[in-house]
Amino acid sequence: MNLRVNGVTHDLGGIDPQTPLLWVLRDHLNLVGTKYGCGISQCGACTVLLDGEAMKSCLYPVSAVGSAEVTTIEGLAGRNGELNSLQKAWVELDVAQCGYCQSGQIMAAEALLRSNPNPSDSDIDEAMESNLCRCGTYIRIKNAVKVAAKRNSVDEIGG
Amino acid sequence: MGKLDYTGISEIVAAVTGERQLDDRVGAAEVVKLDRREFLKLTGVMGGGLMLAFAAPRAFAQNGTFQPNGYIRIDQSGILLYAKNPEIGQGVKTSLPMIVAEELDAAWNDVEVVQSPINQSVYGAQFAGGSMSIPMNYQPLRQAGATARTMMVQAAAKRWGVDSASLTTQDSHVIQTATGNKLSYMDLAGEAAQLDVPNENDVTLKDPKDFRLLGNRITGVDNESLVRGEALFGTDTILPGMKYAVYHKCPAIGGTVKSANIEEIKKMPGVVDAFALDGKGSAMELLPGVAIVADSTWEAINAKRALRVEWDETDASKDSWTDASNEAERLRHEDGRRVANFGDFDAAFASSKSQVSSFYQYHFVSHAPMEPQNCTASFKDGALELWAPTQTPGSAIGMAARVCGIQPNRVALHQLRCGGGFGRRLYNDFVCEASAIAQHVDGPVKLQWTREDDLAYDLFRAGGFHQMDGSVDSQGKISGWRNRFITFEVGGTPVSSMNRGVYPGGLLQNVRAEQVGLQWSHRCAAWRAPNANVFAFVVGSFVHELAHAAGRDHLEVLLETFGEPRPMGGGMHTGRAANVIRLAAQKAGWGRDLPQGRGLGVAFYYSHQGHIAEVAEVSVGEVEGTTKNRRGDSVDRRKVTVHKVTVASDVGPIINLSGAENQVEGSVVDALSTMMDLSVTFENGRIQQNNFDSYKMLRMPSTPEVATHFVEPGENRPTGLGEPVFPPLAPAVCNAIFAACGRRVKTMPISEEGFYIA
Repeated sequence: MNLRVNGVTHDLGGIDPQTPLLWVLRDHLNLVGTKYGCGISQCGACTVLLDGEAMKSCLYPVSAVGSAEVTTIEGLAGRNGELNSLQKAWVELDVAQCGYCQSGQIMAAEALLRSNPNPSDSDIDEAMESNLCRCGTYIRIKNAVKVAAKRNSVDEIGG
Repeated sequence: MGKLDYTGISEIVAAVTGERQLDDRVGAAEVVKLDRREFLKLTGVMGGGLMLAFAAPRAFAQNGTFQPNGYIRIDQSGILLYAKNPEIGQGVKTSLPMIVAEELDAAWNDVEVVQSPINQSVYGAQFAGGSMSIPMNYQPLRQAGATARTMMVQAAAKRWGVDSASLTTQDSHVIQTATGNKLSYMDLAGEAAQLDVPNENDVTLKDPKDFRLLGNRITGVDNESLVRGEALFGTDTILPGMKYAVYHKCPAIGGTVKSANIEEIKKMPGVVDAFALDGKGSAMELLPGVAIVADSTWEAINAKRALRVEWDETDASKDSWTDASNEAERLRHEDGRRVANFGDFDAAFASSKSQVSSFYQYHFVSHAPMEPQNCTASFKDGALELWAPTQTPGSAIGMAARVCGIQPNRVALHQLRCGGGFGRRLYNDFVCEASAIAQHVDGPVKLQWTREDDLAYDLFRAGGFHQMDGSVDSQGKISGWRNRFITFEVGGTPVSSMNRGVYPGGLLQNVRAEQVGLQWSHRCAAWRAPNANVFAFVVGSFVHELAHAAGRDHLEVLLETFGEPRPMGGGMHTGRAANVIRLAAQKAGWGRDLPQGRGLGVAFYYSHQGHIAEVAEVSVGEVEGTTKNRRGDSVDRRKVTVHKVTVASDVGPIINLSGAENQVEGSVVDALSTMMDLSVTFENGRIQQNNFDSYKMLRMPSTPEVATHFVEPGENRPTGLGEPVFPPLAPAVCNAIFAACGRRVKTMPISEEGFYIA
């Protein structure tokens, strides 16, 4: 079985097709940025993009991915390693406390901004509601999403 | 196996409670000292004061590397600072090195920070608990930085052939004041390494008004790694040839393995081995269970689902929340053991103008850090190597050694970032399990708890019950106060303790506190701001009830209880208390007109050396019919909206303003989440919640605005901020609910009384 992750195709050999994508990423491909939090699609720590849309990977069988492109937190930065606008905002606004949920938060925010580049407060609430943060950093997460969205729109106008 | 031994459960609670406010004026300081010593003993490490003692007479000259102590390493390539304590989200990996950098006069941009090794002889106590990292390390880290700075000046003076007094430092450089000539620390490292480390008395610390770095907003040192998804946490550990394990224990603690379908499990895909472990009788170390070792986490979890164990539950927990609640309902009418007594409560109560009696209660809750417990272990040739996300690495080493039957000096521990702590990782049962499993595995093995394991085998914040009786006199002053506390005892030890210092002990004339314990088997332990996190709800609500009975403004009565500015025991100062209460009230606009259904509530609590006041602005909707709570009672359903929380904190000078603001905001959200809807209930010795679908934490849309204010520190020393903002939130919100709708909330979570947040 093949799996495309962050632009690279991996041969997964005879892996159990029911294996959740989360554990393929973490244990087979050593991409540990995607986290295990609950295993029942309730906390969002395992959020990745599947063809650009947010997907909780802890319950999603790897066989269901098919030819879709998987993007993980490790695949967000540019080729030269430059952080994308969300990652930059997360660093600058010092969002994280323990940080464990934050890759899932960033991936959920990435999916939001791809479909809605200028989200309202309630758009952000709705999109991010599926991601838990036990440290309670929601205020900064929301601000970081807004900062990134604003910067993206300025970049676009600026050309 | 017989009854479990809970040795070790209460010592950590006592050590990290910080519940010394208003304590006996003479004894309080001594109590804190004792607790700290106890903690050090417990974590298996030696006391402080030896930060520089390990250093060789010369500053470790090796290849031109300047390393005058365990915190600083400078060579031609740059400045490396070591962060000594576990990072659990409280920000110490950034704030502790900032203190060193300040006194070193290193430019923060030149600094790289790494986690220090775990080594008690170099670093003294290394742990994350009790909001103690800053207060315990502030002076020693300043000393370490200033010592290195002094040596850099000496090295430059020697090279230039000038007097040290003619030199100054800034931004990682020694500067000749007269000429403006500069030498960088990196350039001077080799020469500084040849110098003797000066005596403590020959090193001058900065005047805090000259600080350049402390007090600024500095972003976390791991931020970039975090947003890139790099391996940082315990569970991210990957080692060559590593296996993956899960461990299944009896859902009722104390149960032992009678039989299991181990042969069947061994045949499952990817399973390398499966075996039962007996446990060693300690509830805090290794409990009996079945281990499954596999080629991947998923294969191990999958096999765990197929595991069928017959448990011997002869000595297992029979804990029942229903039974405990019924027993508490009976006990609240009986006298308890007196734990504090000031004046004559009975006489004051009998002769008062009006009396108030209320029964408060709160449920058990779980730590539920986002990263479930895990540990990687490798056992080879009688030595154990651990990769652990723990809050108490020193303790983990001792416990793991005991479990493996080896000496502690045969154990090495790599401290990894913790995906949340909240007190859960003060306890190292998961490290013990990984160590015991590793003895059966060839090569390294990573033990991963599932979320279900993490909830079922937490060391819970205990529930509790308080029968409160109070009175006001004809002048409208509080004249009597009795707090009858019904708590739990695990292994014969109370899991929570009322004492003379709990508000308003020592402040008011006729105050009595009583305590009774119900027997319990599940482990209960320190949970963010232990004791304070629940006591604040009770006493902070009840003082409002008495103010209301007196027909007076709550703020006025609250301030009145603190009286004249004066120091009390344990670092509590009534002037600092009144100061933050006034500041929070003023910033929140106390006394202004609000629309129908909207109210302000105030609360204060002193814990972990922090004086904190909070004002919540809340709306409460009309009754929307009824709903059933967890007990099955029918309650009115009402919507609560928390618009804004204003927090005034006095924790002395702020080290890292960004981190401090983050702790305040996070503590408010965490406390709101916990008071709204978090509950762990038990029946037949088992918890009744499985995962985040039945243990529902707050999500983004319910998050209030948080306004953060820090008072001018004056001469006070900096103290910790990981915990003290948590306790006042629940009473502030409940007092605001009362102000908004006239309904007094007496149960946490408040969803038990029909309230939901939106």
